[in-house]
Amino acid sequence: MNDIATKVLNGDQRSIAKLITLAENGSPQAAIEMKKIHSKTGKAYVIGITGVMGSGKSTLIYELTKEYRQKGLKVGIIAIDPTSPFSGGALLGDRIRMMDLATDNGVFIRSMGTRGMLGGLASAVYDVVEILDASGKDIILVETVGVGQAEVDVIKIADTTLVVLVPGLGDSIQTIKAGIMEIADIYIVNKADRSGVEQAVAELQSLIDISCSGKDRKTPVLTTIAKENKGIVELRKEIENHERYLKKSKMFDVKRRKRYESELVEIIRKRLMNFIFDESTFKEKVERLIDQISKKEVDPYTAADEILGKILK
Amino acid sequence: MDQKIRVLVAKPGLDGHDRGAKIVARALRDAGMEVVYTGLHQTAEMIVETAIQEDVNVIGLSLLSGAHMTLFKDVTKLLKEKGLDDVIVIGGGIIPEEDVSDLKKAGVCGVFGPGTHCDDIVEFIRKKVKK
Repeated sequence: MNDIATKVLNGDQRSIAKLITLAENGSPQAAIEMKKIHSKTGKAYVIGITGVMGSGKSTLIYELTKEYRQKGLKVGIIAIDPTSPFSGGALLGDRIRMMDLATDNGVFIRSMGTRGMLGGLASAVYDVVEILDASGKDIILVETVGVGQAEVDVIKIADTTLVVLVPGLGDSIQTIKAGIMEIADIYIVNKADRSGVEQAVAELQSLIDISCSGKDRKTPVLTTIAKENKGIVELRKEIENHERYLKKSKMFDVKRRKRYESELVEIIRKRLMNFIFDESTFKEKVERLIDQISKKEVDPYTAADEILGKILK
Repeated sequence: MDQKIRVLVAKPGLDGHDRGAKIVARALRDAGMEVVYTGLHQTAEMIVETAIQEDVNVIGLSLLSGAHMTLFKDVTKLLKEKGLDDVIVIGGGIIPEEDVSDLKKAGVCGVFGPGTHCDDIVEFIRKKVKK
């Protein structure tokens, strides 16, 4: 057996990279290889890092990775940046903060464009987590795009979700508490050398007092200065605390099940969309229906019935 | 299948001038490519290792310091050693005309100096990757 899957399981860097590309491109070969590795996955602990742009997510990941490497753990990093909805291109710049890790063979970093996915993740991110997991990584760090309020998909894939904030967001903490302010397992106030850090922490604490009242775990708030490596050891310990909590309370299995559910839905969604919009026989029909909708000859619901009817019968 | 051209844009060595590299990176993005931008002060090892992990089709090197004959060649040499024969290397910056043929021999298949139109770089990459 000399196929890509086997080489991935042996931790071969080039094969890992090639299989990720196949998965990103939705290649049929990716599905064949992915089937071979699934039974070897599940060991890696997945940490999601989300937060507004410029909050220091990449730098935190860099410092956290160095911390894990000191413990002898292997780390996979998935750094997601937005794909332009206009050109389809992307500028993937998260690596700039992590270049010292480039030549460490215990670390694998992959930059991904969102390629049309909303929610802060890339469509192939489930595949990439499985691939890195199968290749023997102990920790997988998933960095979302810089988020606004509603990009909360990271919780579908992460065992522990870190929400990174910075001082000075002030009142906006209040305003964003309906979206990303509901998903944190750990809050981080980064750039804690800036003024306003006490206020930010206090506002978070009062938010947590309400949202966690009556629950057996209170979401911790940590302050870090990632650039100066301050607060990183405490962060690593807090992540471990959360992992222990999940495993003790059986929440871990629930989370993992949710991840596989999301992954399954995503595979089906992609296949269905490809079937409808890429397959040549269907494509003409879809184009014609869109024309008819524009001319008010057909309404969108009837058009959808017609397309789905062909598949479901 | 949705194949995108992936390009690594890097500045090897000690040269702090990244304006040109950023403009090219942006132009490639606008042409629908995925551009991995690594920033300044890269060693050949960092560049090649990044190219492996990111599985790029193209490496774009930018240098204005005059050390291109050494540093560009370091990258192409290491690529060969690692067996990455399918990765296309192009270079830009301040490259004297008389160095170009030598660089091409060393595996830098396109050299783009000041005054180059970004569209020409996009066109060049598209043609080369297709082959």
